[in-house]
Amino acid sequence: MKIIEFLLSALAIGVTFLYGSTGEIITEKAGHLNLGIPGIMGIGAACGCAALNAMLPESSDMTPFLPPWLIVVIALLATLIGAGLMGLLYSFLAVTLRANQNVTGLAMTIFGTGLTKYIFAGLETKGVKYIWALPYFRFPFNNTTSALQYCGVLVFLGIAVAIISSVILSRTRVGLHLRAVGESPATADAAGINVTRYKYIATIIGSAIAGLGGLFYVMDYQGSQEAYLSVEAMGWLSVALVIFSLWRPYISIFGSFVFGALFILGSYLPSFGLMVDVATANLIKTLPYVVTIIVLIITSVRNRRENQPPASLGVSYFREDR
Amino acid sequence: MANVRHGTVKEPFIHITKNAAMPFWKGLLIRASAVIAAFILCSLLAYFLIGANPGEFLKTFFEGNFGSNAASAKLRIWKLAKDTAILLCIALAITPAFRMRFWNIGAEGQVLISALASVAVVYYNAGRLEDGPLLVLMFIASIAAGMIWAVIPAIFKALWNANETLFTLMMNYVATFFVAYCLVKWTPNGSSVLGELKTGHLPSFGHDYLVLILVVLVTTAFMFVYLYYSKHGYEISVVGESQRTACYIGINVKKVIIRTMALSGALCGLTGFLLVAALDHSVTTTSVGGRGFTAIIVSWLAKFNPLIMIGTALLLVFLNHGAGQLATVFRVSFAFPDVVTGIVIFFVIGCEFFIRYKVHFRRKTRTAQVADNGSGGGGGALDSPGDNEKPDIVPDKGGKLK
Repeated sequence: MKIIEFLLSALAIGVTFLYGSTGEIITEKAGHLNLGIPGIMGIGAACGCAALNAMLPESSDMTPFLPPWLIVVIALLATLIGAGLMGLLYSFLAVTLRANQNVTGLAMTIFGTGLTKYIFAGLETKGVKYIWALPYFRFPFNNTTSALQYCGVLVFLGIAVAIISSVILSRTRVGLHLRAVGESPATADAAGINVTRYKYIATIIGSAIAGLGGLFYVMDYQGSQEAYLSVEAMGWLSVALVIFSLWRPYISIFGSFVFGALFILGSYLPSFGLMVDVATANLIKTLPYVVTIIVLIITSVRNRRENQPPASLGVSYFREDR
Repeated sequence: MANVRHGTVKEPFIHITKNAAMPFWKGLLIRASAVIAAFILCSLLAYFLIGANPGEFLKTFFEGNFGSNAASAKLRIWKLAKDTAILLCIALAITPAFRMRFWNIGAEGQVLISALASVAVVYYNAGRLEDGPLLVLMFIASIAAGMIWAVIPAIFKALWNANETLFTLMMNYVATFFVAYCLVKWTPNGSSVLGELKTGHLPSFGHDYLVLILVVLVTTAFMFVYLYYSKHGYEISVVGESQRTACYIGINVKKVIIRTMALSGALCGLTGFLLVAALDHSVTTTSVGGRGFTAIIVSWLAKFNPLIMIGTALLLVFLNHGAGQLATVFRVSFAFPDVVTGIVIFFVIGCEFFIRYKVHFRRKTRTAQVADNGSGGGGGALDSPGDNEKPDIVPDKGGKLK
């Protein structure tokens, strides 16, 4: 049974990375390396939890004013809006004002994680009511005590979002245009594609999806008051997963599971009969990053065109540049 | 063609062109007004969020940096200088790579791993060596560790063009967990709290922080000369501007990339050594505490100029200390400084646009449009409305071709 529990929690923690990396892939396909993802995921979680806090009654015994499904939907909307606004801010700076993407992204992370901690600290002073909504998020398995409880509705939503993004990116005209914008904005522009609009929409949608990852991590996988402190690390892992999945959301579904398994491996090894001390558990935690580095090296050594990052990733587009 | 409909000409509402060189004072004025605007926004936020009126806001901000009385002033100013020095040192380290457009965002890990190397030397020495040779060993170990951490991505970038941003980012986390691993190993009960090392302290004179500050100042001067007045510095600039040009004039691009990253890593190593030998005398997973990322912003804001970096590093530390004091006095979250820093950075990043580009709004009169197009440069061919007949023909042609 332990192995099933391990696999299920690997799947669940993986969904955090899946949201983050799907969002980041969509953004990167438009040619924008958004290093603000860790901050955006935090903001997403903060907005969702703030909305939950506002909706839930004073005590955990009272039935809430709204039906559970509506509470979840409103929390999701709050997350989408909060994270989407962060995406809008990034787009304004990096697309319209053509600021350096790395610097803008890092500033977003500094600002976003700061604001996240600020908001959550504010929620703490008013009582952390959002934790009570945990069973709603773990629907339909909310009553089980096994690891199945982690597999709430957001897990399925995450996988669905990744599949839909994959189809849109590779099978539709919109996806083709988006990829064109990321590969060569000047060519796309000449072909009559509105580069600025594509960049804005891709970044905002990508950020909103990544924000869901933050909410999922705090409200579903962890379900604790301290969870918000570790959202940033989840964000960086999501950025790593983008490389691992070679900019394809459907590989990301598998990749997120691998990352999730590697991420929790250290704490599960003892229950498989393999004794590892705390020190080695820390070494095992480097595995997702090491694996990403190896994938990065292999793809660049093999140098196959379909496995490369979008060609104009990280470069601002100015029409009148020569 | 999209701009041309029914024979009338539609100018884009906003037309952006590149700015030619702007006088220095004008650029400075724009940046200063951005910082002031950000401050006004922050003070408004502080007023609505934590109830500090603008007067209190400014007063607390300055007290956080310069103290409220003579005794605390001395303490605070030294702390300001120390934090600026460390941030500046990391910014100096990443600057050569950035001038080469090698986006090394791994300073965090490079500094951390070199701090760990210094601590490792002290730990395994266990009091056998005197402080003199021990410090030399620590220095060598730190520099080597920083260089190794930086050169690995550089080699893969130089030989196979592996994306350096993502590679160096990953190396940060490998470093973090490696430190966590060593700390558990080295502490007897696995508590991971190493405590202060008894040996391997840099000698101090005048003030505890003076040595550190002097070392960083010397490094700043060295980097300025290296980047602006040496052949290496020239090569770095050329590689950054255009790798093809560099190849054409006989610069070995691969060698320059690896050599520059080695220097970058070595300077990160110096920072790690200083952190251990002069300040913390210990290491934790958060010894660098995000300063590796903040340093990127310091370096970029200064346009990669080591001398201007003194100012930008000071600005960021000033913000951090001031907002930190605000958070303490008004009992709000310790994360408040990050929010303030973020807002100021957004404004400063944003204002760069108005230095680099010029915005033209749509003119009302027809003659003005023509004149504008003539002088605007760039987009003349695409949306030239000068000739009245041409636009009428073009859409028809396009229509027939479809």
